[in-house]
Amino acid sequence: MPGALQLILGVILLWLALGLAGVFFPRNLPLVSRVLFPAGAVGALALAAAALDALGGDTQSLVLPLGLPELPFHLRLDALSAFFLLLLGAVTAGVSIFAAGYFRRGEGTPPGLQCLYYHLFIASMALVLLADDAYAFMVFWETMALSSYFLVTSDHTKPEIRRAGFLYLLIAHVGAIGILLCFGLLHGTGDYTFDTMRAVQLAPVWATVAFALALFGFGAKAGMLPLHVWLPEAHPAAPSPVSALMSAVMLKTAIYGLLRVLFDLLHMQVWWWGVVILVLGLATALYGVVFSAVQSDMKRLLAYSSIENIGFILVGIGLAVTFQAYGMRALAALSLTAALYHCINHAFFKSLLFLATGSVLHATHERALGKLGGLIHRMPWVAWLALIGTLAIAGLPPLNGFVSEWLMLQAFLFTPSLPHPYLNMLIPVAAAAIALAAALAGYVMVKFYGVVFLGQPREQSLAAAHDAGIWERVGLVWLAAGCIALGVAPVAVIGVIDAVSGQLLGKTLGASAAGWMFLTPISPDRASYAPFLFLIVILAVWLLTWLAVRYFYHSGMRRAPPWDCGFPAQTARMQDTAEGFGQPIRQMFEPFFRMQRELPTPFDAKPRYRVIVEDHLWYWLYLPIVKVTEALTRVVTLLQRGRISVYLTYSFVTLLILLLFVK
Amino acid sequence: MNLPLSSQIINLLAAMLLLLSFAMLTQRRILSLINLFALQGLTLTLSTLVVAWSTGQHHLYYSAALTFVLKVLILPSVLHRLIRKLSAKWDVETLINIPTTMLVGIALVILAFNVALPISQLAGTITKSTLGIALACVLLAFLTMITRSKAVPQVIGFLAMENGLVFAATSATYGMPMVVEFGIALDVMVGMVILGVFIFQIRERFDSLDIRHLEQLKEE
Repeated sequence: MPGALQLILGVILLWLALGLAGVFFPRNLPLVSRVLFPAGAVGALALAAAALDALGGDTQSLVLPLGLPELPFHLRLDALSAFFLLLLGAVTAGVSIFAAGYFRRGEGTPPGLQCLYYHLFIASMALVLLADDAYAFMVFWETMALSSYFLVTSDHTKPEIRRAGFLYLLIAHVGAIGILLCFGLLHGTGDYTFDTMRAVQLAPVWATVAFALALFGFGAKAGMLPLHVWLPEAHPAAPSPVSALMSAVMLKTAIYGLLRVLFDLLHMQVWWWGVVILVLGLATALYGVVFSAVQSDMKRLLAYSSIENIGFILVGIGLAVTFQAYGMRALAALSLTAALYHCINHAFFKSLLFLATGSVLHATHERALGKLGGLIHRMPWVAWLALIGTLAIAGLPPLNGFVSEWLMLQAFLFTPSLPHPYLNMLIPVAAAAIALAAALAGYVMVKFYGVVFLGQPREQSLAAAHDAGIWERVGLVWLAAGCIALGVAPVAVIGVIDAVSGQLLGKTLGASAAGWMFLTPISPDRASYAPFLFLIVILAVWLLTWLAVRYFYHSGMRRAPPWDCGFPAQTARMQDTAEGFGQPIRQMFEPFFRMQRELPTPFDAKPRYRVIVEDHLWYWLYLPIVKVTEALTRVVTLLQRGRISVYLTYSFVTLLILLLFVK
Repeated sequence: MNLPLSSQIINLLAAMLLLLSFAMLTQRRILSLINLFALQGLTLTLSTLVVAWSTGQHHLYYSAALTFVLKVLILPSVLHRLIRKLSAKWDVETLINIPTTMLVGIALVILAFNVALPISQLAGTITKSTLGIALACVLLAFLTMITRSKAVPQVIGFLAMENGLVFAATSATYGMPMVVEFGIALDVMVGMVILGVFIFQIRERFDSLDIRHLEQLKEE
């Protein structure tokens, strides 16, 4: 009986083989979509099962005879890795099935190569989670960045997509430098295995530097403020299954890395590290949600919403670090559980929504919210499944988003017990900000769902929209079912997460004090939540209302024109638009944005209204860096004269100087 | 000083090599430059043969044969063909005037001897005194490349530099391992092919072989 680690490696090999098969038949669409992607999905399910099995078991490790001489790849499967592998496998299964129906001919990169990059991407993510030495970690980390870069730029004929891809690659590499330097500090004088790093005792100053580097490096990958700029560019540029994977899983590998360094490799926690993460996370969450409210492109909206969710997860980690530093392990376990729970929640609902936008995109060829609408009649499957995702991300019970947000607010309610007066004053503000972000996320989702699926179609061409195919439906149903299951059975999920918090913090949450039905963090008399009862009550109320309406009012559905307030010449363009819906937020949070508005005068025959919302940070932070880099480049350009003789002279002079130096 | 005959012959050949390097540095006409290159190859072959005969190192015979075939027969004839095809028998334009180049060359030779002195004192080979000359040949060939403005003389400079390297290897350690020598010979062939393509491309693009045209390729 092979162990879980061997099974996971087998799945990874299967993925690599599937990717290679795609290379040999780059344009054989039936093979790629009917065989390779479904096989990848089956592999993903096996991986999830193996990871779930490993969560309860012992740590397993393995040395692969690959890599450089004297520097083999070390792999290790512990609870933290297993949890994230579970997330990876469960989400990838749905996304791969969806992708089987999604990739088409004639759209940029041929399907076989997409298949290669896709499977390389998921395999490298799995290996990042397994890596047990810095060398293997960096190799897989870079493979992940490169394969996802090629996926992002699969529609590379468009210049803005190439630009988005470049920005992504640039920030990914800047972040990788941070991670590399962090490992360089951590390893002390020994070799680069994580075991050595665990044993090294760093001086507090250097530990802080290592922490800052890790936060920078992993933050760049996760989309933490102010390193988030690539995310709203790259996610919309990628094909939808890839956006789903990047948002759902790749951002989580950054969270994994941060947790690995913070709780596993560094031997200490300092309370103010937690505060730094908390503040950055809060800023990220607020910033992401406010920007997502004013977007008019559905995939950009979801990308900004991913930034918000990452901020939310970072807040949980920050609280956990602070609690842990003060030795309040139960509360640290609560915060960490909330963060991990939100990781897996976000993975499910965000991939569901990204895939739904993919179906909409295929059906309508339209990404701008202003040209969609009324799709619930044309695409009932996608619309109803997307509704589940929308409700989940908005944090409504009994779906999964509520559980993690509720746990997080519980964690905040316990902060007055911190032995630090200033923190006690600061943290209620943070709790309020988190509540605000959660509420705004609800607002954003009403906008997203309402504009895309409800109302009247805004364009004639939408009448031709068709529902998703069978493969796409299976993928969406899997993810939606995940959202419901995670929401209804939180006690079981927390049982799984307990293995991780047990490993990292030495303390578990143990939320099942009052039986499987009630979620009771810390103690039952303080707070409890029974999602299953909630679900039953909601279903019962809904059913009773429906029956009552049917019984008392009329039977059967009847379509009639809406009341037109006595103004008969109504068109679909008179509906509230995405811009209109976001306008109050744009007014209230005006200092966040850099806006250019073009307002028509009342006498315009053809009035045009235009608003461009941009990011202040781009102008305040990134453009100055670009300017400095350009100035430096100009200095270096002086060396480049374009004459071979001059270049030869450079090497000649270098040679002479070296000769004299050696002598 | 009473050196054995073989040593004296090697020293003589080394001096010829140095002289030829200087001649190449100052040669204005391109045909003569190719002939000088062939002559340098021949000198190198002879010196390798003498070293092989006097030390009994068999692999040096192969090395000498390789040098002869490649650098005396093939490359000069290829270069001649190239010149005929391009009908480019012009005088070589140098970027710096020739007397200055000579003076720089002399300084380089002094430097090369200076650098090679500690190494040749350590070496136990019969050719140890020629290491400085070999290094000087490399540097002079490099200088030839720098001071020429046309593509073909630069190629010849590159090949001459390789001659100097082989000579340095023979004089310091009785030649490199056979594999390495074959590798270098292959490199030279490949380099020649690439540069040949490069030369034709330049001419097609600019209707001239003056590499100063390449300055236009610079990004502003």
